[in-house]
Amino acid sequence: MQLTLEFGGGLELLCDSVKIHSVNVDLPAEEKKLTMKHLLAWVRSNLIKERPEMFMKGDTVRPGVLVLVNDCDWELSGQLETTLEDKDVVVFISTLHGG
Amino acid sequence: MDSNGGVDELLTELQSLKDSKLDIEARISVLEAQLQQIQSKQHPNQKGSSDCSNGGSESGHDLTPDMIYRYSRQLLLPSFGVQGQSNLLKSSILVIGAGGLGSPALLYLAACGVGRLGMVDHDVVELNNLHRQIIHGEAYIGRSKVESAAAACRSINSTIEIVEHKEALRTSNALEIVSKYDIVIDATDNAPSRYMISDCCVLLGKPLVSGAALGLEGQLAVYNYNGGPCYRCLFPTPPPTTACQRCSDSGVLGVVPGVIGCLQALEAIKVASLVGEPLSGRMLLFDALSARIRIVKIRGRSSLCEACGDNATVTHQKFQHFDYEKFTQSPLSAAPLKLKLLTADSRISSKEYDEVVKKGEAHILIDVRPSHHYKIVSLPKSTNIPLANLEDRLPEISSELKRKGIHDAPDAGIYVVCRRGNDSQRAVQLLHKMGFTSAKDIVGGLESWAHDVDQRFPTY
Repeated sequence: MQLTLEFGGGLELLCDSVKIHSVNVDLPAEEKKLTMKHLLAWVRSNLIKERPEMFMKGDTVRPGVLVLVNDCDWELSGQLETTLEDKDVVVFISTLHGG
Repeated sequence: MDSNGGVDELLTELQSLKDSKLDIEARISVLEAQLQQIQSKQHPNQKGSSDCSNGGSESGHDLTPDMIYRYSRQLLLPSFGVQGQSNLLKSSILVIGAGGLGSPALLYLAACGVGRLGMVDHDVVELNNLHRQIIHGEAYIGRSKVESAAAACRSINSTIEIVEHKEALRTSNALEIVSKYDIVIDATDNAPSRYMISDCCVLLGKPLVSGAALGLEGQLAVYNYNGGPCYRCLFPTPPPTTACQRCSDSGVLGVVPGVIGCLQALEAIKVASLVGEPLSGRMLLFDALSARIRIVKIRGRSSLCEACGDNATVTHQKFQHFDYEKFTQSPLSAAPLKLKLLTADSRISSKEYDEVVKKGEAHILIDVRPSHHYKIVSLPKSTNIPLANLEDRLPEISSELKRKGIHDAPDAGIYVVCRRGNDSQRAVQLLHKMGFTSAKDIVGGLESWAHDVDQRFPTY
């Protein structure tokens, strides 16, 4: 499945400072759909190069990270259970506090 | 005549004249504003004109001829017009933080005719603020940011009321200060302030225009507006301290908070004038480097929210005793962290290190800052090995020691320096663990070197 993943607000530093990743993610064995839960595990093992605790806590993102699926907060689509489709854009953004 | 040809005397006199000039200018702007207010109260419909053909009640609004002329370009906007301007003139807006975000926000809010404009900050102006905090000038270095910002706002518009709160916003004063305004702009620079301000706005029912900027990115949202979410709905749990970077560590391109601060002013103007569609339930993400602005839909008000949910636990009483620093595990002020990881015998002061250099003692100096910091300024004969790569590059230290004929013994000279003396302690801990037991760090880093040894050494 073709997906565009974007990292911002400093999270890109965890994946070699690259903000936009065009990736192909295969469906997990014996699954019919790809969910955000699968994608997070995939990102953690395939894109995150350092300090994984700055990206995830338990099986979800750490506090202070917004997840947007096609420009929409994943709270509105079911968080970890959100089903992804081909060509979806998923954005992970760390909230900023500076000013 | 003294040794430097009287330069010191001239400088002293210049400084004192500049200080007096500032004081006089500030006083003039305060008096002018007071005069204006008294006059407008005494003659509400005659300001600047003895003619009674000034619109007034006849046109169904209360804009004076001066106001009509000053704000004419806004009055000409069909979607803003007289009604928008009248609403704005009757509104009050509080800007918390007169820094990178607050600077442009305050300038535009003063210029556009907000009736009462308040500003809160406890900080003083520093030279390294000026690249982004454009409301302040060189003449105000060392003086209160609020005084400086207020003088700038008054010089643009002496007809609005400007309120100076020269204090830090705390749970003890926040309710009282915020309650005096209709709309709040969060232009602060730290996580605990953001939670505190959001909770305070929920308690008092004030719309909150929240902006943030760091590096080359910015974020903007309007919270607690028209049934929309509050900051806690979006971020119920604070992020780990390590995720809260500050401009003084990570850097920020001046114009980036400028862009976000301008957008904060715009959102506040929309809310105040009842015009347009404020950015509630949505968030604007600004990426300066790729010239991309993305507006995303965020969740609505959460019924489980501690601050604004159905069973909210944040009350006036609780708010005043809530420890936001403990909650977020980071300080309300931007003061840098001061770690103490090492015992005294593993550390030397910058003055002691200066002695080592002057005596010509064989040693190596490792600078563990990131390489882009090292490029700004470094001590002579130091080797840059960033902390993140230290473990991989230990062989370089061994060969450097060998080259200088230093054997690893308890008194072998391995010194470690960084910017402020935190990373250098982490590095020494690692070096001790890896067998370099004689490694010591320089207390207070390059900042203490600049302070105690070489005052001409650049700081940043």
